[in-house]
Amino acid sequence: MVEQAASGTNLRKKLQRTVRRKKIEAVGLTTPLFCVMLIFYFVPIGLMFYRSIDNSQMREILPATAKAIQQWDGEGLPGEPAYAAMVADMKHAYPNRTLARAGRRLNFDLVGFYSLLLKSGRKVSRLGGPPYKAALIKLDKKWGDPRYWKVLKRGLKNTTLIYLLAALDFRYNDNNRIVGVPDNQAIYRSIIARTIYISLSVTLLCLVIGFPIAYYMATATPRTRNILMILLLLVFWTSLLVRTLSWIVVLQKKGVVNSLLLSSGLVSHPLNLVFNRIGVYIAMTHVLLPFMVLPLYSVMRGIPPHYVRAARSLGATSIVAFIRVYIPQTKAGIGAGSLIVFIQALGYYITPALVGGPKDQMLSYFVAFFVNERVNWSMASALGVMLLVLTGSFYLIFGRRVGITNIKLG
Amino acid sequence: MTTDDFHVRFNRVQKSYDGVTLVVKDLNLNIGKGEFVTMLGPSGSGKTTCLMMLAGFEAPTQGEIVFNGRPINNIPPHKRGIGMVFQNYALFPHMTVAENLAFPLQVRRMSKSETAQKVRRALDMVQMGEFGDRYPAQLSGGQQQRIALVRALVFDPELVLMDEPLGALDKQLREKMQYEIRHIHEQLGVTVVYVTHDQSEALTMSDRIAVFNDGVIQQLASPNDLYERPENSFVAQFIGENNELNGTVVSLNDGIAQVTLDNGEQVFALAVTVEEPDKPALLSIRPERVVINPDETGAAHTIEGHVHELIYLGDHIRCRMTVGGNEQFIVKVPNAANNRRLVVGEHVRVGWTAEDCRAFATLQ
Ligand SMILES: Nc1ncnc2c1ncn2[C@@H]1O[C@H](COP(=O)(O)OP(=O)(O)OP(=O)(O)O)[C@@H](O)[C@H]1O
Ligand SMILES: [Mg+2]
Repeated sequence: MVEQAASGTNLRKKLQRTVRRKKIEAVGLTTPLFCVMLIFYFVPIGLMFYRSIDNSQMREILPATAKAIQQWDGEGLPGEPAYAAMVADMKHAYPNRTLARAGRRLNFDLVGFYSLLLKSGRKVSRLGGPPYKAALIKLDKKWGDPRYWKVLKRGLKNTTLIYLLAALDFRYNDNNRIVGVPDNQAIYRSIIARTIYISLSVTLLCLVIGFPIAYYMATATPRTRNILMILLLLVFWTSLLVRTLSWIVVLQKKGVVNSLLLSSGLVSHPLNLVFNRIGVYIAMTHVLLPFMVLPLYSVMRGIPPHYVRAARSLGATSIVAFIRVYIPQTKAGIGAGSLIVFIQALGYYITPALVGGPKDQMLSYFVAFFVNERVNWSMASALGVMLLVLTGSFYLIFGRRVGITNIKLG
Repeated sequence: MTTDDFHVRFNRVQKSYDGVTLVVKDLNLNIGKGEFVTMLGPSGSGKTTCLMMLAGFEAPTQGEIVFNGRPINNIPPHKRGIGMVFQNYALFPHMTVAENLAFPLQVRRMSKSETAQKVRRALDMVQMGEFGDRYPAQLSGGQQQRIALVRALVFDPELVLMDEPLGALDKQLREKMQYEIRHIHEQLGVTVVYVTHDQSEALTMSDRIAVFNDGVIQQLASPNDLYERPENSFVAQFIGENNELNGTVVSLNDGIAQVTLDNGEQVFALAVTVEEPDKPALLSIRPERVVINPDETGAAHTIEGHVHELIYLGDHIRCRMTVGGNEQFIVKVPNAANNRRLVVGEHVRVGWTAEDCRAFATLQ
């Protein structure tokens, strides 16, 4: 008995040792990849999330007020210490030109804050000694309005939700409630809807065009199949920019397509094919088509011909056999291809930016817009978060269902 | 029987896939109604091709296939009404067993209630009533096989084709299924064309067997005839175990040939395809028809045998010896009480009746 037990633990130790060695090997092999992922993927995404809610700048501009206002319970007006701290901060921040930035940020919540801060900042050095409460209110009666102090209290917290809310057309009202922005200012929800709509349309177009191509490839002779495969992969060997720009050349008013249509007499005026939604659909479908064809082709290659033959021998016409027996077996390919195309389309930026009109821009365009033109990293990050959440939820909802992990490309 | 009474008729059918070689050469085959005909032959001999032409998935390059008195060369597969069991079953993986069985009925626009009833009866026929809601992947190989079988039968075809339906099953299950297929065939009275390259399967199941080689039917006969009376050396070698001896025909007398073996010994054999003296001949004798130390009354003649190896197999002893210059000559000695035990190295006399030894002309 004892001997058996001893050899038992021995065996377990040996097993553990070999298992541990395997684990060390695995970790060693994947560490470089993991580091790359960490540095270039997870860290930037984490930073993006952080930037979208980060509010520490405000506390740096108005440090004394930030501290003093925490003592205030938010009812009525704050006491003298808050007013004194505000005066001290403004005296310091106005010459440093940071007060305007704070004003712009607070104006987001309550229109009028920007002018209030600038006006007060200009005059604050002329104020006498304490007490400051009455003096400030005399300087501008807005300082006697509790709404401004409520906004200030919220605006001096470490984090803020205003950017994320703004990315969904929501804001805080005067009573600290989250409400929708007025209709004439709401834009982002319609942009998100447009992004989803364009992506869905492109996915559908890719499916309709890609399915016959994949089917043909799967059933053609090896020679034809290779030629088609090269044609398809050619797309990957040319840069996205070149491909998109060449569509402009092809589709413009005096482009190849319009000259052909005009000379053949099919149309009497050149069609608007580019710098509008049609252009976006054409160019994006072209760019994303291989991502639909490859998974479809891979699934179709695996479907042996005897299924359709069996269906035919059981009395089905070739069309019925195709619809009821063949297509259902390509479901995994349809799902995977659609998901890959759709998710990529959601994040498209360059193609719609180049061949679309102002009404065809997608979410990514506005991310770039806030980075490049407004230098508002917080808003850009908030929109980026929206895009990521959108993509992630589509992946989670549909990825599991289509068994995307089962699909191999090529 | 006139030619029109046959259920299926291959009339001078040829098939070439590449326009160069003929995979099926001049095939003539008549199959009666309700018959169980097996196509048996080595790999690549054109069996599947014949079945595919009959099912309508390949077109004959030349010749005519007649089904129910009607040429069907130009009828598409789905209008032929021929059931087919594929080697790998081809059950639709995205449909349940019941949906698979309902498929041929649905495409024939049968009413819902009738479909359900037929599906139920089909499942019961193979004792799989409770498996209707499973998917094919959730069935064992044998169960999939049964479903494939009844799916090919559920729409009441008059003709069912089966291409090595039992090829993927283990030996025991295969034997059980052979019995079951045979049973269903008798019960329903359908015509069956069956393909296999397992000769024991062909022998146990078929009414008639067509032995294929190189795109030609070598012999079409009942299992009994095929085994007892092969018409050429290919069939003799292909069906069952056979000992071969080479020799030269000395004389022909009343269908019996006298042959001098290569080592000079003289034997008598039934002349099957030898036609004149002085021609080389191939003799073929079944191991169980050879008698050791025969009393001179039974055998026409005896010759010398030298025992090399004995394998004890329970009901018989397998003995390898040199006979007539062939060192791989096998004799099956029944394990009977009165039989003397053989010893390795021993010299014995062996013999057989002239009718059991078949002489074929060879081309040397
Ligand atoms: N689709 C095809 N295209 C070209 N040649 C083919 C095709 N199908 C079969 N062949 C050739 O025809 C010949 C006969 O094939 P077939 O499949 O009929 O043989 P088989 O008797 O069924 O053999 P097995 O017992 O191995 O199934 C083979 O030489 C094969 O290579
Ligand atoms: Mg075959």
